[in-house]
Amino acid sequence: MPAPLLAIDDLEVHFALREGCVKAVDGVSLAVDRGEVLGLVGESGSGKTVTGLSILGLIDPPGRIVGGSIRFDGAELAGRPDAELRHYRGRAIAMVFQDPMMTLNPVLRIGTQMVEAITAHERVASRAARARASAALAAVGIASPEERLDAYPHQLSGGMRQRVAIAIALLHRPALVIADEPTTALDVTVQSQIVSVMQALCAEAGTALIWITHDLALISGFADRIAVMYAGRIVEQGPIGDVLSAPLHPYTRGLIGSLPSGGRRGAPLDQIPGLPPSPIDLPPGCAFAPRCTRADAACATAPGMTSHARGRSARCWHPHLAVEAVS
Amino acid sequence: MAALSDTAPARETRLLRLWNEFRDSRVAVTALGVVAVLTVLAAAAPWIAPQNPYDLAQLSILDNMLPPGSRRLDGMIYWLGTDDQGRDLLSAILYGLRLSLLVAAAATALGLAIGAAAGIVAAYVGGRIDAAIMRIVDIQLSFPTILIALILLAVLGKGVDKVVVALVLVQWAYYARTIRGSALVERRREYIEAARSLALSPARIMFRHLLPNAFPPLIVVATVQAAHAISLEATLSFLGVGVPVTEPSLGLLIANGYSYMLSGLYWIAFYPGIALLVAILAINLVGDRIAEIMNPRLRR
Repeated sequence: MPAPLLAIDDLEVHFALREGCVKAVDGVSLAVDRGEVLGLVGESGSGKTVTGLSILGLIDPPGRIVGGSIRFDGAELAGRPDAELRHYRGRAIAMVFQDPMMTLNPVLRIGTQMVEAITAHERVASRAARARASAALAAVGIASPEERLDAYPHQLSGGMRQRVAIAIALLHRPALVIADEPTTALDVTVQSQIVSVMQALCAEAGTALIWITHDLALISGFADRIAVMYAGRIVEQGPIGDVLSAPLHPYTRGLIGSLPSGGRRGAPLDQIPGLPPSPIDLPPGCAFAPRCTRADAACATAPGMTSHARGRSARCWHPHLAVEAVS
Repeated sequence: MAALSDTAPARETRLLRLWNEFRDSRVAVTALGVVAVLTVLAAAAPWIAPQNPYDLAQLSILDNMLPPGSRRLDGMIYWLGTDDQGRDLLSAILYGLRLSLLVAAAATALGLAIGAAAGIVAAYVGGRIDAAIMRIVDIQLSFPTILIALILLAVLGKGVDKVVVALVLVQWAYYARTIRGSALVERRREYIEAARSLALSPARIMFRHLLPNAFPPLIVVATVQAAHAISLEATLSFLGVGVPVTEPSLGLLIANGYSYMLSGLYWIAFYPGIALLVAILAINLVGDRIAEIMNPRLRR
């Protein structure tokens, strides 16, 4: 088996605050193969965004990668100085951010920002760079791209801006794109357009994709694998079909159960009781135990990641092993 | 080309909206008019002044301390009288205004550039560099401006360029502190993260991305500081450490006339004083209005 494109191993990112140390990412291990789409799912504050940012070393103080390794294409990224990481940013690994209103600089024209992104890594004549920018806009389905290059971000709709952000991310044909909730701020019809544009372009270029989201329904359509995060840890990982149809971890099960579905119209949605734990004082043992219906004495010690059939793994003492379909 | 015509009106309307809001205050519009007139007068001084007060050959010591409206032998009227050197006061005021405004403009522009750069670097880089820059700013701002300026000029000596240097050195700190505050807010925005994720150079992120977005509050500070620079220059010249005696600014003219105030020769200090007052007041009124527009909390 060839080495994966990206292999994160036991990554720990801590934020040293006055109130204490927040373990935003607490031992995350992930692997993404070339061309693979990985869905990284979890509630707000579960550490999925921090995981994404730490790959490119974009964690700001007081946050710091305190342990673990991030191997990309055979090279270690964790702990590398900023100047060396810049070599990867936007070229081998690109990012798409959540809020298209804020991800483009409001005072610079679209064309300026795209040309800037190109010339950050390549010496290109400005005319050639502009032509490339225009082609990139056309590729993400923006009509009359030449004219859009002269527009300011505020003159475009949210969906358009996110298309521009995607075009910028794909300018250097990166091997990996990290998309941090790129559709959360958009309305549903635009969401699906953005997803399909992204899916098509990544499939065509063989780009691997880490899609960070809290929207299971959205990710179920196009991810190959899924990793579910809770309180800074990955609690379940596996092929998306298997995970969604027969989740092993009670938390994953809770997430799926809280999705509205057509067959249960009128019935109350299942909720996960309680709130996510405060990241400053995580409960000892399994972080999900206080909210878990299956918790018992064993859960006072933290469960390790256990492998299960079909390339799946879960971090739980009492996984739903028998075929218990989600009700 | 459609995009160009798309873009242009959008920018125009933004400027237009700013202007429309500004126009709501009649006082501010009048003040802006006064600033404009004074600027034109100052710029055109060499062509409209009846006499060149810097050219000693044109001055006649026999005409000294004439009251306003006096007539020279060749028929020229000293509308505002003459000072103790026989200078036509109207001409001296026009030239003095020119010098005062030039000094203030140069000091503001330079101070703004240095302060903005320092503040942006402090906010973006953070850590020790931030602490170092901001402590210098704190120390600087904890002394009275006039004191620092006096010490600097005592060391540097007299001269228009030295006054500018002194003003820049006492004023950059205001800009640095202001822009650091707004840059710290902007720095957390996603477009900065996005720019970093695209491997843009730190200099580019700081000055092309962060600076324009963090700049607006500085417009207000700059207007207020420009007025302050005029009065500070006048103070320094009044105290005799500013511009040289041969090229009087408004402050020096006032100082010259001050000694004759009590002997009834009021005009030598009075008219330059009025000019100075009007200039500072007008600029401050414009600055206040801009501050009002930019800060929604101040709006009535």
